[in-house]
Amino acid sequence: MSCKSNRNGERRMSVKSRRIGLNGDTAVAYAAKQANVDVISAYPITPQTIMVEKLAEYVNNGELDAVFIPVESEHTALSAAVGASLAGARVFTATASQGLALMYEILWIAAGLRTTVVMALGNRAFSPNINIHCSHDDLYAVRDTGWIELIAENVQEAYDLTLQAFKISEDKKVLFPSTISLDGFILTHSLEALYVIDDAYVENFLPPKDPVYPIDPNNPITYGPLDLQDYYIEHKKLQDYHFENSYPRILEIFQEYSEFTGRTYKPIKTYGLDDAEVAIMILGSSAGTARFVAKKLREKGQKVGVISLTLYRPFPVDKIKEATKGLKALAIMDRSLSFGSPGAQLYMDVASALVNEREKPLLFNVIYGLGGRDLTPDQVEYVFKKAQEYAKEGEVKELKLWVGVRE
Amino acid sequence: MIKLISNITYLHLKKIERCRLLIEVRWHGRGGQGVVTSSELLALAAIYEGKYVYHAPEFGPERRGAPVRAYTRIDNEPIEQHFGIYEPDIVVVIDPTLQTEVDYILSGLKKNGMLILNADEPYEKVIEKAKMNDIRVWYVNAYDIAMDIFGRPFYNTPMLGALVKASNIVNLESVNRAIEEKFKGRGKEIIQKNIQAVELANKEVKQYES
Repeated sequence: MSCKSNRNGERRMSVKSRRIGLNGDTAVAYAAKQANVDVISAYPITPQTIMVEKLAEYVNNGELDAVFIPVESEHTALSAAVGASLAGARVFTATASQGLALMYEILWIAAGLRTTVVMALGNRAFSPNINIHCSHDDLYAVRDTGWIELIAENVQEAYDLTLQAFKISEDKKVLFPSTISLDGFILTHSLEALYVIDDAYVENFLPPKDPVYPIDPNNPITYGPLDLQDYYIEHKKLQDYHFENSYPRILEIFQEYSEFTGRTYKPIKTYGLDDAEVAIMILGSSAGTARFVAKKLREKGQKVGVISLTLYRPFPVDKIKEATKGLKALAIMDRSLSFGSPGAQLYMDVASALVNEREKPLLFNVIYGLGGRDLTPDQVEYVFKKAQEYAKEGEVKELKLWVGVRE
Repeated sequence: MIKLISNITYLHLKKIERCRLLIEVRWHGRGGQGVVTSSELLALAAIYEGKYVYHAPEFGPERRGAPVRAYTRIDNEPIEQHFGIYEPDIVVVIDPTLQTEVDYILSGLKKNGMLILNADEPYEKVIEKAKMNDIRVWYVNAYDIAMDIFGRPFYNTPMLGALVKASNIVNLESVNRAIEEKFKGRGKEIIQKNIQAVELANKEVKQYES
């Protein structure tokens, strides 16, 4: 590879950008500022990250004309966000782990009332025991509630996905709230180089919110009334229909942003799948680590690949079917547990997406990295080795594998 | 991957068309000494020079005085590796009392690697062990520099200045620019003093020769 091609890894952009260094938290806050949010509501104490602290600073020093509502709990943080969103505001909030758990009731309400709240999750482990480091428990806790879920692999993606989240949520063919997940500490507190779009160009991509049926004292309407046996199921069917239909629109917005910035966004990212016999599927910052190992193994002639998701909900079933065709074995890696389930969350998602396919790879589940345990190249290599072993033998010896654990 | 050779500049490396320049630095110090800030400043300086970085603080509970580490990964290509640094090319020990923790600070440091100490004289057992792995030891009395300039034991920016001299991984100008950016809210005096501390340590640091 020549120096030139490395240097020009990012394609030419149609917008003016600057290359700066930010950590994941400040990159998300910067994107929210550029999105010109109207309301930020947040509970500012651990497990909160410095995202909202940075936004409070922007509001305080006049760089951002927004209302910052410091509340007394995450339950209220999201409740206030729901109200502000229905009143027509562009709203941002952020949380993690226990904070997300405390929001759980309102997650459903934010989605069911078709708000456009955008929320960043600095993914951290649920208690007990008290941890604050990275697990994907919080990301998975959102999966059934009707939110769009985007997952960043690095700081650049955390920034880009935050801008796209506003566009997606506020789109009239979508109208669902979004989360952007970024791994706690590994991305939230780590600094990387990224391109940020010049302010003047952001509005081209993201014009001000045009609210649908905003609440208005002069023209009262009702949100979320009693809805019993007579109509509840119809309304839920409708919500499900609209959520599924948001998928093609999300793909269009990804495409639009890709053209706008020169950085490609797709629901799933694949590496080496043209000829791979075995692959790993993984979320978040670890995808890069998996690819790093896969590259080394491919140099030695091993046919291995990596699949990672940028869009987790709606689950990109079609893309996953397509990507896994021809694979002999697929290791699905979860940074979480689902006690007593057939496997952890991503495993169950993929297994059910592929269940009726005639040709499908052998699937097995790998549990890694809970509570911030580092996923090292050795662990990834071991998983590839297991996948190759199962592919060769034609059966999965151990469905649930743990890596990086003391024996 | 290139073994880092002291005083061979990045530009020189470019000339011999070695594109891959993965350098991994591990910082040791204690809570409250600005260990994480040093790593971040190095990362920012590298970004100004068009390089790619991954700077990660190792966060435990933040307790003043407890041993703290930070990591900087620098490359010419986008960095995908999001795991910890276990075999650094360079170790910088910001706290002067940590140089006696020989195994702790030398853990995983590569053969032919580089160790930079905050010391008037390097501890003999460190030298002994470093020699066995062909590790080059540089040292500077950052305590005196910090007391001269700040009147308080702020070792972190002097040690960054020492690293720049010993390794040449970034230019001094880029480090100064990073200091201006990072401390811009803290007033001109803080910026000037830190730049002064970087430059003084950069001049005074020397390689240990037996």
